[in-house]
Amino acid sequence: MSGHDHGDDGVSRRKVLECMTWAGTGVLWTITGGVPRSLGIIDSAEAATAAAPGMTFLQISDSHVGFDKPANPNALGTLEEAVNKINAMPAKPSFMIHTGDITHLSKAAEFDNADRIISQSKLDVHYVPGEHDFLDEEVKFYRERYGRGTKGAGWYSFDAGGVHFVGLVNVVDLKAGGLGNLGAEQLAWLEDDLRGKSKSTPIVLFAHIPLWTVYPEWGWGTEDGGRALEYVKGFGSVTVLNGHIHQVMQKVEGNVTFHTARSTAFPQPAPGTASSPGPMKVEDTKLRSMLGVASINFKQNEQRLAIIDTPLQG
Amino acid sequence: MKTLNRRDFGVAVAAAILLPVTTARADDTNMEVHIDNFVFQPPELTIKVGTTVTWTNRDDIPHTVVSAGKFRSKALDTDDKFTFTFTDAGDYKYFCSLHPHMTGMIKVE
Repeated sequence: MSGHDHGDDGVSRRKVLECMTWAGTGVLWTITGGVPRSLGIIDSAEAATAAAPGMTFLQISDSHVGFDKPANPNALGTLEEAVNKINAMPAKPSFMIHTGDITHLSKAAEFDNADRIISQSKLDVHYVPGEHDFLDEEVKFYRERYGRGTKGAGWYSFDAGGVHFVGLVNVVDLKAGGLGNLGAEQLAWLEDDLRGKSKSTPIVLFAHIPLWTVYPEWGWGTEDGGRALEYVKGFGSVTVLNGHIHQVMQKVEGNVTFHTARSTAFPQPAPGTASSPGPMKVEDTKLRSMLGVASINFKQNEQRLAIIDTPLQG
Repeated sequence: MKTLNRRDFGVAVAAAILLPVTTARADDTNMEVHIDNFVFQPPELTIKVGTTVTWTNRDDIPHTVVSAGKFRSKALDTDDKFTFTFTDAGDYKYFCSLHPHMTGMIKVE
């Protein structure tokens, strides 16, 4: 086990690498005193869940159903393992969010398979799309299945447990040389959506690509993410959740905490440690340990975040 | 570049014997760009008008080839190809619309 503290002045590359960790199958969150708090990855969170007060919700991401390359020839199988773990939890979370890349190639059969497995959790699931979910010619499969009641390319908000949740889409209209993109229309909607909300309302923003700049050389960031963060600046508690980079990374900036989730399908390398962000191939016997476990604890009453890495296998 | 079939090979050999200059130009009308490790290779290519360029995705992750207003491929899965024939001179900047940090350029003379 090792613990690392992050300052609130951004994350240096060295610290990013220090805090890199391959993690398991979903993150469980609880709302304590109006503040979302990570209970960690499902395995390590199970004990805590039973006693956890208030609402809990779960995040899974990057299922890549349809991916069948050597990095993980059975992405559907590992998604099913994740759902089995969710079903084995002693206390049922209130709902789940999926932060995109449900499928690998946006094929109808891939969406069907993902639905069939994820619905076995019998949880309400709130989705945002990843770039892999918008690959069909007319970009209709995602919208027909998950886009009802959403605005634009699929953004929306809802309230649960006293928390205001906002699902954002940053995978459309990407510009050459650029990063993820929210766009003027969505930003205007977000500003309007948050207008009039009490500053004490906890806010959870979730999107596929990180809203903060993780590693621009690999496109890991959102061009106009800073605009969205401006709108939530005045709120007392803001949590930003995303997927896309298939590894756990966190930072705290003022009242905003950022957290990226792991994939249920395959690991990706830490920033700058490989020639590309493509799938990391590991030995079959190692895959699940690479998708291993990290437990994350926020130190309350401190502007710092403690990360405790606990690999599944030493 | 597509694999030469026997007939094309015969034509190429005949042309090579009779008209070596023409052969060299015939080769130039088909050019290749590979996508490896999220990079267009070569990132910049200078070609003559009438040249067909074939992009091949050799990554495990889908990519696209998009030049605003000029051409747009579907999502290319592993080993999928996209071809485009350049009939007008000019600079064609292009990128992967899924991973926009991937950019390339075709200069058509």
